[in-house]
Order: sequence, then C-alpha cells, then structure tokens
Amino acid sequence: MIVYDKVSKWYGSFQVLTECSTQVRRGEVVVICGPSGSGKSTLIKCANGLEPFQAGEITVDGISVGAPGTNLPKLRSRIGMVFQHFELFPHLSIMANLTIAQVKVLGRRPDEAAEKGLQLLDRVGLRALADKHPGQLSGGQQQRVAIARALAMDPICMLFDEPTSALDPEMINEVLDVMVELAREGMTMMCVSHEMGFARKVAHRVIFMDQGRIVEDAPTEEFFGAPRSERAQQFLSKILRH
Amino acid sequence: MYEFDWSSIPGALPILAKGMSVTLELTLTAIAVGIVWGALLAMARLSGKPWLSWPAATYVNVFRAIPLVMVILWFYLIVPALLQQLLHVQASTDIRMASALVAFSLFESAYYAEIIRAGIQSVPKGQVAAAQALGMPYAQVMRWVVLPQALRNMTPLLLTQAIILFQDTSLVYVIGLADFFGAAYKVGDRDGRLVELLLFAGLIYFVICYAVSWLVKNLQRKSVA
Repeated sequence: MIVYDKVSKWYGSFQVLTECSTQVRRGEVVVICGPSGSGKSTLIKCANGLEPFQAGEITVDGISVGAPGTNLPKLRSRIGMVFQHFELFPHLSIMANLTIAQVKVLGRRPDEAAEKGLQLLDRVGLRALADKHPGQLSGGQQQRVAIARALAMDPICMLFDEPTSALDPEMINEVLDVMVELAREGMTMMCVSHEMGFARKVAHRVIFMDQGRIVEDAPTEEFFGAPRSERAQQFLSKILRH
Repeated sequence: MYEFDWSSIPGALPILAKGMSVTLELTLTAIAVGIVWGALLAMARLSGKPWLSWPAATYVNVFRAIPLVMVILWFYLIVPALLQQLLHVQASTDIRMASALVAFSLFESAYYAEIIRAGIQSVPKGQVAAAQALGMPYAQVMRWVVLPQALRNMTPLLLTQAIILFQDTSLVYVIGLADFFGAAYKVGDRDGRLVELLLFAGLIYFVICYAVSWLVKNLQRKSVA
C-alpha cells in the first residue's frame, strides 16, 4: 500500500531523512517511534506530499507521490491524516468540519455528506456535539473529531502524526480507543507515536528511527522482545521505565 | 467675536445629501474593489512564484509611496485621455467620477493587499496542511479555510482602513468633484458661511465614523462571545 524506497530529504544542507526504505501492506498497522528530531513526523508527511523529498521514491496504492505529473490533491483526498494539534477548522461547526471536504473535494451532496458525518460522529461517541465549534471541545474530543473528519473521506489508509502527544493524560485513552478499534477493523495505518502500550496492542510492526535513519524495522513482538540496535534498547529503556 | 449663523444649512441639505452620495459611492466602490483586488495581490505576493510576487510587491510599494492627492490628479489627467482613445467617448463627457473611482480603487488595493497579507500569514500553517491533507487544491484551501479565518483576524484593520478612506475621499476636491466636503465648501463659499458649513461637515464626518467603529466593535464582541 505505502512503499518507501531510499527516501532522502534535506533542509538546505541539513539531511533530515537518509535513505529510508520500508513498506506498509494493506491492513497493516505500523508504529514509528524514536527520539525527537529523528525524522518520524517528516517521514509520514512525505507519504502524502505535505513534505517534499529530494531523493528516492514513495508510492501509495501504486501512485508515485514525488513524480511531477501526480495529482497530489487527488491522492491526498484518499489518504487520511491526523495531526498532533488536531487542526480542526475553528471557524466551522463540527458538522461543517466533517462535511466540507466531502462536498468540495469529493463532490458529495450536502445531505449525503451530513449523514456520513453524523454516522462517524456517532462512531467516535460525539454525535451530541455536531453543532458546536472546535473551541468548545476538549483536546481529546477535538482529536476524535479530527479522526472522524479524515474517515469521512473513505481513505484507503490513515497517517497519524503524534495524535496523543498534545493531549492531557486523562484524554489520551479516549483517542487511543478509537485508533485501536480502527486498527482492529483492518484499516491500514502508519502512526508516529510514543504510546508503546498502543503499539503492543495493535501494531504489526514497529519502526525505530534515529537521526533521520530507519534503525530498526521489526515485527512488534520481536521489537519489544529484543531490539537489535543499541540505540533502540536505550530508547525503550528510557520510555518504558515508568 | 464671530457671530455664527446656521441659517444657510437647512436649505443646503439636498446639495449636501447629493455630495454625501458621491462620497459613499467612492468609499464603497473603493472598499469592494480594494478588497477583491487587494486579496489577489496579497495571494500573488505570498505565492512564492517570483513572476507573480515581484509585480505585486512593486505595485503595492509604488502606490504606498505616492501621496493620494497625486494619484487622484494623475488619474484625472491620464484616464480621460485613455478612455477617449479606447472607447471613443466624447471629450466633453464628465469623467471626473470615473477617474476618481479608478484612482481610489487602485490606491486602496495597495493598502488592503498589505492588511490581507498579514491576515493570511496570521492563519497557522497547520490549518493549511490539514486542508491540503483533505485533498483541497490551493484555491479551495484559500477559499474555505485560510481566507475566512484571515478575514476575521483582520476585521479591525479593514475597518480602520475603511474609515480613513471615507475621510480621504474629501481629497477629490482637487479635481472639482462635489463630494460631501466639496458640496459643503461650495455652499459655504456661496453664502459667505464657510465656517459654519465646514463645522457642520466635520460634525457629520465625526458622527458617521464614530458610529461605524462603535458598531463594528459591538459586532465583534458579539461574535467572540
């Protein structure tokens, strides 16, 4: 589904990604972890072209992201993305947040889009908030709406960029619950996350990054059982201690 | 001691009202054109494409570096000749209003462009990324996500600019166009009551500007709450 082939990226002369290769198969859940500044977020933002890259190739569902002729907006409309800071549209109601891209991008009828929106709000347990504005919701609620907004486009895969790291601790689980359910339904997912409990529960593979390189890419049990690289061992011992 | 005599004002009200309609037409046209053309200029400046941003920047900088009176005069002297050549209108057609409308619209666009540019930049980058991630092309990102938020952030500045513009329309006196100020001046001059007429005109300007800014302040407070 998503294939990275020797992807490299520079900011000026500073290299942020170095020959990253991996792939996410249909229905697979992959969690990416690593210290801050290791390039995790950059890596998944390359998958829908939000970040350009200078070398290598990424294909999503067979379509090359970096090729000049690619219709990026069209490709993006098929890839769901959830951001660290939710990024709901503050000037629109929750319902309008869920329907605007369905109507403007996919060309759905407004009533059709609204029905879909309500169905997804139901699913994340927030149907009662349809008429509110994002500013009236808690962080956890906003992030669940953001997931619903992405799902409303019927994406073929979902990218999560640290979806819980801006949340207060008591709100993390409500978001993770939605993600776990999504994973169990067979959604193809790529998640940048430090939630190792989540990774253990649903990830098929864990990727560990450091200094712009994919240092480890292993099935979940293997990764938590015996990480091969010293750097990953150190990292795990630091974040799993508590 | 100067003796005030307000008696010539009641009879002059129809002329003053006509002048006010000229003032309002100039103001509203310049606001409408200024915001649309200014928004396009702002987007051109922010496009990151030199062939778009460079001409837009030049336009803005040139107009902001020239006094408004001169722009009004230039357009009065140039636009009629141009129009006469292009459209073959008669030399006698009164073209002062048209040239003033063009001058104000183009001049104000430069200021609106800067206000709108700042407004667009005040919208967080994450909002753009989120809209793009949903598959919106650039025009839709702007239309549905960035501009509505930018507009809200820049309302106070847009309003201030509109009030300044409303007052600046009085500068059309240099081309002999009878706006509200011009009408008041003419009547005062005719009746030998210049002081009274100009005080009256000043009062009307004040009342309108103050009322508008009060109104918008209240509207804003309501929309925030």
